[in-house]
Amino acid sequence: MQSDKTIQAAIELTGVEKTFGRQKVLANINLSIAAGKTTIIVGGSGQGKSVILKHMLGLVRPDRGMVEVFGKDLVRASKKELNQIRMEFGVLFQNAALFDSMTVYDNVALPLRERTKLTETEIRAKVREKLDMMDLIESDDKYPAQLSGGMKKRVGLARALVLNPKVVFFDEPTTGLDVSRSNEIYRLFHKTQSQLNYTAVIVSHDVPKIFKLADYVALLAEGEIQGVMSPEAFQLSDHPLIRRYVEETMGPIYSSAKEEAGLYESA
Amino acid sequence: MGLSKPFEKLGDSCLSFLEQSGRMGIFLFSCLLNLIKPPYPLFPVIRQAHFIGVRSVFVILFTGAFTGMVLGLQGYYTLSKFGSEGLLGSAVALSLIRELGPVLTALMVVGRAGSAICAEIGIMRNSEQIDALECMAIDPYKYLLAPKFLAGIVAVPLLTCIFDVIGILGGYLVGVVLLDVNGGTFFQGMYASVEWQDIEMGIVKSLVFGLLIIWIAAAKGFFLHLEKSGGFGAEGVSRTTTDAVVLSSVSVLVWDYLISAIML
Repeated sequence: MQSDKTIQAAIELTGVEKTFGRQKVLANINLSIAAGKTTIIVGGSGQGKSVILKHMLGLVRPDRGMVEVFGKDLVRASKKELNQIRMEFGVLFQNAALFDSMTVYDNVALPLRERTKLTETEIRAKVREKLDMMDLIESDDKYPAQLSGGMKKRVGLARALVLNPKVVFFDEPTTGLDVSRSNEIYRLFHKTQSQLNYTAVIVSHDVPKIFKLADYVALLAEGEIQGVMSPEAFQLSDHPLIRRYVEETMGPIYSSAKEEAGLYESA
Repeated sequence: MGLSKPFEKLGDSCLSFLEQSGRMGIFLFSCLLNLIKPPYPLFPVIRQAHFIGVRSVFVILFTGAFTGMVLGLQGYYTLSKFGSEGLLGSAVALSLIRELGPVLTALMVVGRAGSAICAEIGIMRNSEQIDALECMAIDPYKYLLAPKFLAGIVAVPLLTCIFDVIGILGGYLVGVVLLDVNGGTFFQGMYASVEWQDIEMGIVKSLVFGLLIIWIAAAKGFFLHLEKSGGFGAEGVSRTTTDAVVLSSVSVLVWDYLISAIML
């Protein structure tokens, strides 16, 4: 099962188009998210990265095209089917989107209370396990407004993971955090993914650091996905838009294979 | 080109009006549908009913008492011109039960609970909390909105009843205790003139108002992001809440007339 499934696509977008008002945000998106892997979507601000994420979650319907999750078309799915698919999802929102009138504990417990038939004792065990994983066990009776930005994200992550989802979406997981806080998020991401084996889709600005986590990097520019490839291949790509993006964010890349190719041949 | 501009604008506003009406209609339908669909979690409804109902009781007692008292005062003044102070009881009771009770209660609930519901849901929409609910496969209609509707439909008629009773007592206080109208006549006139029809009208009105208030407040907050004037940030929430309060108050008065006209 492992070897088959890992190559399969968990999510597949085909020819997705979306226009808001008069502005065409997504022109023709073709993207396949490999199951069990981490795919990072990068691109300039306002290119519609979050919009792609919202399509995958079924929050936004495409004007044209298909969004398939585990082989099911979200556009044609009924509300019930959509909710069934979403049971497999965990989402960490950009600003964590915690329920601000509930405590940390209740925030994390909510999916369990609403979506499962577990007893309050079982829920307690699961919530504490996740809070423990995020080093939040002492803050469980605090309200979101009493937490720092990094803690909010960790609560958001605990809530996203509490149903042991198959796919976890991260919308700008480290935006607004300082270096050590974002390293902490990355560490927790790494830890939880190796424990829970979920497929991860990350939208991020944090280039090149985010590349360390990635199995695949996809660049969104001009309303299209310009290519999905490994971080190494991405940084060395000849594709003009990818090359420009890499140089803008990381400076010119020195690659012995490219720059010294002539050298070795002549020698 | 220049000529077609006004027509474009007209068409644009017609379309957006239709779109908004359709959205509101579908919203109400989904909320009511989720009210009927099992499961029926009791606790959220009780919590909302506590917020909309119990915590409005003090305001309702206060406004009810003073409304009844001023009715007693003004009624006495008017009726004494015709020498028919004996009708004070029925005048106070009828105007309270048929009109003032439901309308003033509804307006108080708009101010207290309607604004709070709109702001609460608006902020949840603004900070992606509603998106988060949907992503957890928790239906916001079922989880967030249906309990508020049920609570509103239950609480507003009950508050109206309290308003009526306290109002009649206030009228009694002014008419009988202060202005020396005969107490027996006050109540006898009331018994004789108030019929089941009058009570029915009051109840129907308050039921409709309860639904109307929650509908407008919840829908305005829920669709904050689709507001044409831009529903962003704190200002968006405050503007939308104001809109919701004004719209609900006006709707209450308009529907008050319509229901009176239909039921008379």
